[in-house]
Amino acid sequence: MAEDIYKPIDQDIHSEPMILQMGPSHPATHGTVRFTLTLEGEKVIKCETEVGYLHRGFEKECEEATWTQVFPYTDRLNYVSPLLNNFGYALAVERLLGIEVPERCDWIRTIMGELSRLSDHLTCIGAGGLELGAMTAFLYAIEGRELVWDLIEQVTGARLTVSYGRIGGLKDDLTPDFAERWAYTRERLIEIHETTHKLLTRNRIFLDRMEGTGVITPEMGVSYGYTGVCLRSTGVAYDVRKDHPYFKYGEVDFDVPVGKHGDNMDRYLCRMEELVQSIRIIDQCLAKMKPGPINTDDPRVALPSKDKVYNTIEGMISHFKIIFEGVQVPAGEVYSYTEGGNGELGFYIVSNGTGKPWKIHVRSPSLIVMGGIHKLFEGGLLADIIPTFDTVNMIGGECDK
Amino acid sequence: MMVEVLISLVKIFVIVLGFVMAVAGLLTLLGDRKQSSKIQNRVGPNRAKILGIGVLGIPHFLADGLKLVLKENIVPAGANRFLHTLAPVLVLAPALIGWAVIPFMDHYCTGTMQTTAEYTEICVGGEWKNYFSIMHLNAGLLFAFAIAAISVYGAAIAGWASNSKYSLLGGLRSSAQMISYEVSMGLSLAGILLIYGTLDLNEMARMQGYLLWDWLPMWGVVVQPLAFFLFFLAGMAETKRAPFDLPEGESEIVAGYLTEYSTMKFAGMQLAEYAATVFIAALIAVIFLGGWQIPYVYADGIRIFDNHWVPFGEQAWYWISIFLRVHAMIFKILVLVWLQFMMRWTLPRFRYDQVMTLGWKILLPLSIANLFVTALIVTLL
Repeated sequence: MAEDIYKPIDQDIHSEPMILQMGPSHPATHGTVRFTLTLEGEKVIKCETEVGYLHRGFEKECEEATWTQVFPYTDRLNYVSPLLNNFGYALAVERLLGIEVPERCDWIRTIMGELSRLSDHLTCIGAGGLELGAMTAFLYAIEGRELVWDLIEQVTGARLTVSYGRIGGLKDDLTPDFAERWAYTRERLIEIHETTHKLLTRNRIFLDRMEGTGVITPEMGVSYGYTGVCLRSTGVAYDVRKDHPYFKYGEVDFDVPVGKHGDNMDRYLCRMEELVQSIRIIDQCLAKMKPGPINTDDPRVALPSKDKVYNTIEGMISHFKIIFEGVQVPAGEVYSYTEGGNGELGFYIVSNGTGKPWKIHVRSPSLIVMGGIHKLFEGGLLADIIPTFDTVNMIGGECDK
Repeated sequence: MMVEVLISLVKIFVIVLGFVMAVAGLLTLLGDRKQSSKIQNRVGPNRAKILGIGVLGIPHFLADGLKLVLKENIVPAGANRFLHTLAPVLVLAPALIGWAVIPFMDHYCTGTMQTTAEYTEICVGGEWKNYFSIMHLNAGLLFAFAIAAISVYGAAIAGWASNSKYSLLGGLRSSAQMISYEVSMGLSLAGILLIYGTLDLNEMARMQGYLLWDWLPMWGVVVQPLAFFLFFLAGMAETKRAPFDLPEGESEIVAGYLTEYSTMKFAGMQLAEYAATVFIAALIAVIFLGGWQIPYVYADGIRIFDNHWVPFGEQAWYWISIFLRVHAMIFKILVLVWLQFMMRWTLPRFRYDQVMTLGWKILLPLSIANLFVTALIVTLL
C-alpha cells in the first residue's frame, strides 16, 4: 500500500512549454517585430524573431527617384536620428561623384549629426526607463530630446522628416542665433543627464534589472556583425568616427566609451557617456568653425543661383537638367559607412551613370542586431526581454527598410 | 435596536462611500494624474471643463468615469463568462470590507474623560459608544488580514477566466506575489502584537498615547522601527502598486490579469487597487503611527512634561479633541498614500524572481529576526 502512494508523483503529469506570441502589436515590441517565444514558466527557452512588419521597400523606392529625391526616404530609416541617415547617404553619393564639400558644410554636418545622436540616445535611455516602469525618467529624457528637436527644427524647418542633407552640401546654413540657443540647450541637457544618473544609475532595482541580462560576448558581437553601442559595450572599441574619420571627426577630440560585460547596464552606461561626448564634439565644432559657403560649386551637382536661372539660358538649362534628370552620377559602385545612431550605417550604391540610382543597399545596424537577438533572450526570463530589446535600440524603420 | 442599525448604516455610508471611495477616486486623479504630472514636469489633465471651470482637472476625472460606464462590455471569446464577471467583484469587495474595523477615533464616552498617570484615557461615569468605526471587533487585525487575503482569488480568477496567456501569466504572478508577501506582512506584525498584547485596532491606537519619559510618544514606529519598514514594503507589494506592479507589468505581459477587461469591470479593479492602497495606509497609520493619536493632545487637555492644561473648558475641549483626532487620522492616511505615490513615480519595476527573492530571502528572515528579538526583550522586561 505504502508504495502506491508515491506512484502518481513519479508519473509525468502532462506538461508542455507554452508558446506565446509577443508582438507585432505589443507594448514592448515597439517598431513592430514579432517574437514567437517558447516559455517554460516565465523562462524563455526558444525565441523566433520575425521582422519586416514595417517594410516599405526603401531600396526599391530609391531606384524610381532621382539621387536628390532619395533624401526624404532616408529620413524614414532611423526616424529617431534622421540627420545621420541624410548625411550618410550624402557622403556615399559624394564619394561616388568624387567631390569635396566646403569646410563649413562638414562642420555643420558634424554638429547636426551629433545633435541627432543626442536625440537618439536620449530616446533610447528614456524609453528604457519607461519600459522598466520608471516613467519619470522617461519624461525627463524626452524633455532633453524636445530641446534637441527644437534646435533641429530651427535649422532644418522640420522636427522628424528633416531632409536637410543635399548632395554636395546642405539645405541651409545654421541660423545666426544657433550658438546662443545651443548654450541654453547644453546647460539643460547636462542637468537632465545628471538627473537621469541620479534616478537610475545607482538605483538598486534598475541595477538588478540591467546587470547581467542580455549579455553579448565580444566574439558573438563581432561574428554577428554588431556595431555601435551593442559592440562597444562588450569592450570592442570600434567606432567609425574614430577608426575611419569622416566629416570633421578627425579634428575634434572625443573619447569612445567602452563597456566590460556587454550587458544591458553597459549599453546604458555607454549611451549615457556618449551623450557627454556628443556635447563635447558640438562645443568644439562651434568654436572651430568659420563662416563660408556651405554648398559645393561643382556645376554637376550645385543648382545655379536664382539670378543665373532667370537671366541666362545656361543657368536655366542647368537648373532644369538637375531637377528633372537628376544629378548625373558616373557609373560605378561605392560602399560608404558612417556611425549611425545604432552602429555602422552603410550605403552600398551602384550607379549606371544616369540621374537615378541603379541599386541602393542599406546596411542597417538594427537589422543586423535583430539577427542575433534570440541569443540574448534565450535562457533569460520573459521580463528580461524588456530591457534587452530596449538597449539594443532596434528602430523599426531602419530594420525593416 | 433600530437606532443602532441606522447608525451603522450612516457609518458605512460615510466611511466607505464618503471617505474611501472619495479618496480612492480622487487619488486616481490627484495622485496619479496631477501629482505625477508635477513630478514629471508636465501640466497634467486640464482640458475637460464643466461650465468653463476645470478645477484641478476634476471634470476630466468625471468624464473618464462616464466614458468607462458607457463603453461596451467585452468578454473575450472562450472566456468563462461567469468567472470573468465575478473576478472584479472579488477584487473590489475585500478592499472595501476591510474598512469595517479601521477606527477613525476612539469610542465616544458619554461620561467624562480622564487620563491616568500611565497616559491611558478612561471613561468615568459613562460608557463607551462606538461611533467612529463601522464595527468594533476585538480581533480586528485578524479580520483585516483575512479579508485582504480574499482579493488574491479575484486576481487569480481574473487571470484564468480571461482565456488569454498574458492574463494567465499576470494572474499567476499576482497569486504568487500576494501569498508570499502575506507571510512577511503577518510575521512583521507578530512583534508588535507581543508588545500590545491585543488584536483590537482601537486598543492598539489607544496604547500608543503613552509618553515615554514624558515626552516621546510611544508610537509603533518607535518601538518597532524595523517592523514598520517591513510592513510598509510588504503592504506595498500586497497592493500590487509600483514598484511591485509586475502582475500587470505593462511592458512584458501587456496589462496582466487586467488585459481582457473593459468598462466598469476594469474601473472596479483599478479602484480596488487604489482602495487597497488607502487601506494599507490606514492599517499602517493605526498600527505604527498612533492611529488617531496626536502627541500631547488628550481628551481631557494637553499634557507634556507633567504640565497639563485644558483650553476652552473640559466639554468643549473633548469635542475639539475629537475633531482634531479624526483629522489627524485622515491626515496620516493621506501622507502615507502620498508616500506610496512618490515611490511609484520614482522607482522602476522589479522582476518577478527578484520580488520573490526579496519576499522570501530578505523580508521573511528579517521579520522572523525581528520577532525573536522582540520576544526576547518582552520576556526580559
